[in-house]
Amino acid sequence: MRKTSLRLLCGATALATSLSLVACGGGDKASGNFDGEVKVGILHSRSGTMAISENTVAEAELMAIDEINAKGGVKIGGKKLKIVPVEEDGASDWPTFAEKAKKLIDQDQVSVVFGGWTSASRKAMLPVFEAKDHFLFYPIQYEGQECSKNIFYSGAAPNQQAEPAVDWLLKNKGKDFFLVGSDYVYPRTANTIMKEQLKANGGKVVGEDYLPLGNTEVAPIIAKIKQALPKGGVIVNTLNGDSNVAFFKQMKAAGITPANGYSIMSFSIAEEEIAAIGPEYLEGTYAAWNFFQSLDTPASKEFTKNFKAKYGDKRVTNDPAEAAYMMVYLWAAAAEKAGSVDDNKVREALVGVSFDAPEGKVTVQTNHHVEKRVLIGEVQKDGMFKILEDKGFVKPVAWNQYVPETKGYTCDWTQKRPDAGKYKM
Amino acid sequence: MDLLYDTLFNGLAIGSVLVLAALGLAVVFGLMGVINMAHGELMMLGAYTTFVVQNIFKAVLPEALFPVYILVAIPLAFLVSGLVGLLLEKTVIRRLYGRPLETLLATWGVSLILQQFVRSVSSAFAIGLVLAVAGGLLIPRFTPKRWWHQRWTPLLGTGSWVLSGLIGIVVASLLGEQRTLDQPWFSARNIDVTAPTWLRGSIDVGAVNMPAARLFIIALTALALVAVSWFLQKSVWGIRIRAVTQNRPMSACLGIPTQTVDALTFLIGSGLAGVAGVAVTLLGSVGPNLGGNYIVDCFMVVVLGGVGKLAGTVLAALGIGVLSYIVGSGSLLLVWPAMPEALNGLISFFATTSMAKVLVFALIVVFLQIRPAGLFPQKGRMVEA
Amino acid sequence: MPDLLSGRQLRRWLPWLLIVVAALVLPVLLPPFRLNLLGRFLSLGIVALGIDLIWGYTGMLSLGQGIFFALGGYALGMYLQLASLQPGELPEFFSLYGVKSLPAFWQPFNSPLFTFFAIWVIPALVAGLLGYLVFRNRIKGVYFSILTQAALLVFFNFFNGQQKLINGTNGLKTDTARIFGELVGSDAMQRNLFWLTLVLVIGAWFLCRWLSSGRFGDALVAIRDDEPRLRFTGYNPTAYKTVVFAVAGALAGISGALYTVQSGIVSPQYMAVPFSIEMVIWVAVGGRGTLIGAVLGAVLINYAKSLVSEQLPETWLFIQGGLFLLVVTALPDGLMGWWRQGGPARLIAMVGWPPKAATYPSLDLDPEVQAEQRRFDDGSHGGAA
Repeated sequence: MRKTSLRLLCGATALATSLSLVACGGGDKASGNFDGEVKVGILHSRSGTMAISENTVAEAELMAIDEINAKGGVKIGGKKLKIVPVEEDGASDWPTFAEKAKKLIDQDQVSVVFGGWTSASRKAMLPVFEAKDHFLFYPIQYEGQECSKNIFYSGAAPNQQAEPAVDWLLKNKGKDFFLVGSDYVYPRTANTIMKEQLKANGGKVVGEDYLPLGNTEVAPIIAKIKQALPKGGVIVNTLNGDSNVAFFKQMKAAGITPANGYSIMSFSIAEEEIAAIGPEYLEGTYAAWNFFQSLDTPASKEFTKNFKAKYGDKRVTNDPAEAAYMMVYLWAAAAEKAGSVDDNKVREALVGVSFDAPEGKVTVQTNHHVEKRVLIGEVQKDGMFKILEDKGFVKPVAWNQYVPETKGYTCDWTQKRPDAGKYKM
Repeated sequence: MDLLYDTLFNGLAIGSVLVLAALGLAVVFGLMGVINMAHGELMMLGAYTTFVVQNIFKAVLPEALFPVYILVAIPLAFLVSGLVGLLLEKTVIRRLYGRPLETLLATWGVSLILQQFVRSVSSAFAIGLVLAVAGGLLIPRFTPKRWWHQRWTPLLGTGSWVLSGLIGIVVASLLGEQRTLDQPWFSARNIDVTAPTWLRGSIDVGAVNMPAARLFIIALTALALVAVSWFLQKSVWGIRIRAVTQNRPMSACLGIPTQTVDALTFLIGSGLAGVAGVAVTLLGSVGPNLGGNYIVDCFMVVVLGGVGKLAGTVLAALGIGVLSYIVGSGSLLLVWPAMPEALNGLISFFATTSMAKVLVFALIVVFLQIRPAGLFPQKGRMVEA
Repeated sequence: MPDLLSGRQLRRWLPWLLIVVAALVLPVLLPPFRLNLLGRFLSLGIVALGIDLIWGYTGMLSLGQGIFFALGGYALGMYLQLASLQPGELPEFFSLYGVKSLPAFWQPFNSPLFTFFAIWVIPALVAGLLGYLVFRNRIKGVYFSILTQAALLVFFNFFNGQQKLINGTNGLKTDTARIFGELVGSDAMQRNLFWLTLVLVIGAWFLCRWLSSGRFGDALVAIRDDEPRLRFTGYNPTAYKTVVFAVAGALAGISGALYTVQSGIVSPQYMAVPFSIEMVIWVAVGGRGTLIGAVLGAVLINYAKSLVSEQLPETWLFIQGGLFLLVVTALPDGLMGWWRQGGPARLIAMVGWPPKAATYPSLDLDPEVQAEQRRFDDGSHGGAA
């Protein structure tokens, strides 16, 4: 008896170690002649629920770093510095994000951190970056109502995604809106903004509901939608992650489809999510982003081609990956402009820097956001988007102008006032 | 009246998923007193089996056959999850009988490993794993006999496993250099399982809209229930299982091979999890986290139903289904629009899906105050009962 | 004192010696980040002590300690939110959801004195109430575990869904608040918090030690080993269980508060299902019923987790899953149990450095005699469930 149990124990250990070492792969290619190195942190969930989405973002960042290094790295004062990424795992757990951010700053002494996906992870890291006066680059479209000196937002503010989408829906699709979201801060805040916007523009919210993250039983929500919108209408979907799959599968089964007069607009569904949900379920629904893989410009095609070459032919690019890719370039450009990788100098130099991103030429604004192209697309059979409307480049607004509490406030980090992050215009 | 039918149908729909998911758990718990925390992951394996079957049908077989892939997936998923369950029973759970809390922890460990397994598994990984296991099993057979009578003999087993583990690692990482072998089979992403067209539509009966996928799941659940109860009531092994459930030592004395009975029960329970896995692909996402989304609900069903009868499981699941539908959809507000302000406020406070969950769980805890052993407690004369 | 160096004494004192040395040396050696990690993991040792008390000594496996942990954290978090405001101001996040005035239950947290008690009294009360309702009905074993897990999920959903009351998923941040005019997130403050944690861990250890020895401790162990017999002897197990569960709740609250200020955030993630199960495994790895093992387990595993996830994040689940299996199958008494039962000496003996034998070495070290000896040892330890 004893012998077998010991053997089992050893087997388990051996197995665990063997598996662990196998799982790590890759390795870095040291090459080229650089005059030095600059460390940057990459902090995304590589394990847990959010790993699904965040892996792509981290890959886009690593790709940008590789490209910059291949072109000779960051050039500072005649010196060529190689960018060395330090990767950390946020493990889909917000407190872990805070811990790892501390580690990257204190232990690894990185010059900048690229990281985060969920708003909760950003909010968890924010106090760390503020307390240590360090700099975080955050690539995801988010709910706004925030403007930190220590964060640079390369994703869309609400007025670059949600608001134009709602305007478009009001103009083309109808006045009755049903809002569905995951139960956390982004959908809650985005829906607060949309409600105010609809109130101001003659739309009507006929219902709203929230699903706990990861919940897959949506029958009660479907019942509410049917009661509120018996003959069709607009559904705005801010669900995140797994719930989307359940939502669309069960909506289709219940006949809440574009064919039956329902216009469904999603804010968290990009090319990668379509592939996981299945285009059959999503065909004919809408999404608003700043970049689609189907965007027909040379820069966009180049980006997608390189991404596929690096990570496999079946992979797709999407808006978060593009924003992540672009923010690495923006950081490098700002560092070169500042002549230093010191985060305070980079922060000052960052405003006004521009880059020919896959979506077009983007420029950093004074509120640490980026002027971005606003696109509305419709999901096609092949899982790509058909671009229905290109609203051109829109300047970011951090403090929302529909919500009474923040109406009239603005953010401008070139101002030397103490309340530059939020002051009355 | 329409509202009533609607509520009943939707409650039945939600409940039938719970029945199917909890059925295997209840059978195992009833017999062995073991709560299998890896039950959700066995469901996940069933869902991944469906994915593989679907892809085979898409790639190899004529398109006309595609609609029936899901029917093929059901027995296969039963087999895959059942065999994994059997392996689990033979290697881990068997050692832990009579220690339910340890079993709980061990199966949780298994669930973590299974989750990460589907995320990480690639050809290189699988080859390394097979080598490591084969080595660990075979190396001791090829060692000199006298090594087995030394002081350090207990370390020998360890040594051979460490050695074979290292071999596995080295081989896997060498193979991993090859891009084609390093590609994960499933990766951490959710995978796309598309229901055949005949399960995507819906049927209107009166004013009630019945999605085909829901009807399919209800039918599947009914079938599984009939099959399981037939098996338990009529078949020889089913009778043995019930005998062991009622009185293990006495059954053993009468010549029932209790170990085989345990293994069989675990196989069936796990297989049922696989079938449930096929069913949930019609409703929700398929990914490594699939199990976690259902497991706590399944526990609730088992605890509420009690372990005495299958009827308890069914009743508990349907009850939870109807209740969460009524609360979550806020139907009460529609039935009684003129209710007092305070009550109205209270009901709308709970009328979101997340708060409905809170309320349903709270009600279960309250219910257990009245019937601590669930709806159908196991009858016996033990002092614990 | 020649005895001090004999095997038995050494076994008892060496862990303590190591701990004292570590506690004195590490703060000097470690950079602030690592010290902060150590402080956080030490504070997790307090919740682990509580679990050891209810599981190791009393045999109740709670999978819901996260509730009390988070409640303690929230109590302190709310105080810190309010403490850094000017009079009349609201915490910033309220404006996101259009909340105009402070919810009533926030009011008392303006007072430091109230907060000081709230950190441990509120979790203790909640635990006591929950425990009383469950124990009163003689719900135990696996049922108890599942119920605590359900309760955990209820709290998790509630805190997650209530943005307007406590900022939902985002939780409350503490790094930018001030205590005694010093920024909570600053290095100096974190260093002080480390010392405070150390003192409180030792205090908690003495408390648990006191509770687990003497008549009260005997009653706890009696509940674990044979509750009906204790009841028939005229004791009321419900009272004992409720009290000890409340104490564990209070310890969890203190632990949560310390963990919160050292992590800079308290969020509903502290009530996630896996986290509470992890707490149990710290105790299992360290050694059930050894107290000091619980603290060691918490620190060691979390440090390992932190290091592993820096290098190979994908593998942590494999390792953790392996640990669960390992501990329940091969090391049921954990590291401390293995240490105290002379595990290391046995290991050394195996590789050929025989220990001083009490009888004739040729007899004492004969593999077959040792095998018998082990079988005997196993038998005597198999009783505890």
